[in-house]
Amino acid sequence: MTTLSISRPLFGRRRTRSPIVTGLVRHALLIAVLVVMLYPVVWMVAASFRPSAEVMNSLGLFSRNYTLDNYKHGWSAGQLNFSRYFLNSIAITALSIAGNLFSCSLTAYAFARLEFPFKRVLFGLLLATMLLPYHVTLVPQYILFNRLAWMNTYLPLVVPKWLGVEAFFIFLMVQFIRTLPRELDDAARIDGCGHWRTFSRIIMPLALPAIGTTALFTFINSWNDFLGPLLYLNRPELWTVSLGLNSFLDVTGESAYGSLFAMSTLALAPIVGFFLGAQKLLIEGVATTGLK
Amino acid sequence: MKNSERTGREGLTAYLFLSPWLAGILLLTIGPMLYSAYLAFTDYDLLSAPRWIGLGNFRRMFSADPRYLSSVRVTLVYVAVSVPLLLIVSMALALLLNKGIRFLSGYRALFYLPSLMGASVAIAVLWRQIFGGTGLVNQVLGLFGIKHGSWVGSPGTALWTIVTLNLWAFGATMIIFLAGLRQVPAELHEAAAVDGAGPIRRFFSVTLPLMTPLIFFNLLLDTIHAFQAFTGAFVVSRGTGGPTDSTLFYTLYLYQQGFAELKMGYASAMAWALVIVLAAFTGFLFLTARRWVYYGDER
Repeated sequence: MTTLSISRPLFGRRRTRSPIVTGLVRHALLIAVLVVMLYPVVWMVAASFRPSAEVMNSLGLFSRNYTLDNYKHGWSAGQLNFSRYFLNSIAITALSIAGNLFSCSLTAYAFARLEFPFKRVLFGLLLATMLLPYHVTLVPQYILFNRLAWMNTYLPLVVPKWLGVEAFFIFLMVQFIRTLPRELDDAARIDGCGHWRTFSRIIMPLALPAIGTTALFTFINSWNDFLGPLLYLNRPELWTVSLGLNSFLDVTGESAYGSLFAMSTLALAPIVGFFLGAQKLLIEGVATTGLK
Repeated sequence: MKNSERTGREGLTAYLFLSPWLAGILLLTIGPMLYSAYLAFTDYDLLSAPRWIGLGNFRRMFSADPRYLSSVRVTLVYVAVSVPLLLIVSMALALLLNKGIRFLSGYRALFYLPSLMGASVAIAVLWRQIFGGTGLVNQVLGLFGIKHGSWVGSPGTALWTIVTLNLWAFGATMIIFLAGLRQVPAELHEAAAVDGAGPIRRFFSVTLPLMTPLIFFNLLLDTIHAFQAFTGAFVVSRGTGGPTDSTLFYTLYLYQQGFAELKMGYASAMAWALVIVLAAFTGFLFLTARRWVYYGDER
């Protein structure tokens, strides 16, 4: 070690620090950051099970008197009860996922596998729409949907998904389909498959990871969406969980944080649940395409 | 002849496959863009027909609307602070996670989780409590004998609570950096180390240049994203952008003007001003990219 450090002083000096110690320092740092980040959420979940008198004046996570009262009160507080909001959110989210999978997979197959006039121009257009701030179409779309009498329906939230407005997912699927060997298509062609069958029987089953990533991110985006429902859904019986929570905050203010936390916990639960089930898919989706 | 016939039929099939997307881009993107470009020069309240006022909206934005200017200022400060912070924190954590560490996938997952929740109303509600007068932050500070009023309620600090909300969701950016770091060839590091470069020198001379494509990518996406921040500001300020407009984000003001006051022309003009700024920023970034973004296959 000493001879080494004479011939390469700087390198040698760095090496003398024990790898076990640096490893421990590293873990300690990471854990400290994680605790600071995740503590508020864990605290919120814990607080949602505490009696309302205890909710606000404790930094800790534990209590002697856990209760489900906050959940009971929260569920039926607000203008309508949360069963309605959850059903609405589930319906909108499910229709959005179906829409995105339909339009994005068809479009992606054409861009990845077919030859057609103006292909490059259209692909450029697709990429350009990924960077476009949605505000520029927000006002005219609102006017359009308003004129179509689509206000207070799910159509303004769902129809754009069926028409492939979220270009990111098309791009994701194009990139994925391009990695599948062309020989598969040729073999299918020889076996008498047309493009529709090649698409539905060969490519789509193999593109399941990309489809899954699209479905999950569509789920999370639709579930979290706030501006869309805020613009288009004014009647409480149509509200999503996001709108329900927001109006709950309006009605109760700071006084009912216990129930608010209970409903927030329920609103986050599906996201965390899907994440735990499919974190590998989600993380790979981000790492390879920059979806965020 | 036969070949062109086949490509002709393939073209037809392709356009069938493309038809939902084509309908979408025409009816929901290009059409609306053209219409909003027209509306930007009009006064329109949804009830009576749009009235042409030329550059009136833009003139009002820059000379007769102090709230507009403060929304621009709030947004620029937010972008200028939160994007670099996000990039630095993501890079730092990615570096900590990069070298053969145990439980990597567990760490990665836990750091990433907040970026899925960060845009939700539920977390914004939580944020309102954490930075409120009797919230978690003040309770922790109280342990050290520090007294502070509500962070979301005072104009000097409200914006910073939303900066932390955005920063909290750094995981997605970190994942992209981490994916990039794993591509940096170990031989380069070893060679630099043999030449006597310490870890800091190696980071700046080896890792950072190789990461510039991803820094470019994240900078672009996170900036565009930050310019469009909405939910956090809306929920934390109860839709007002307060206190005293300190969290009046650009998009929040656009929402107020367009959908609360039905000034559709003005909101369209605001949207186009945003598009122009983002296009200029993107263009600038792509132009300067040649100077600072290093691609491995060059030279």
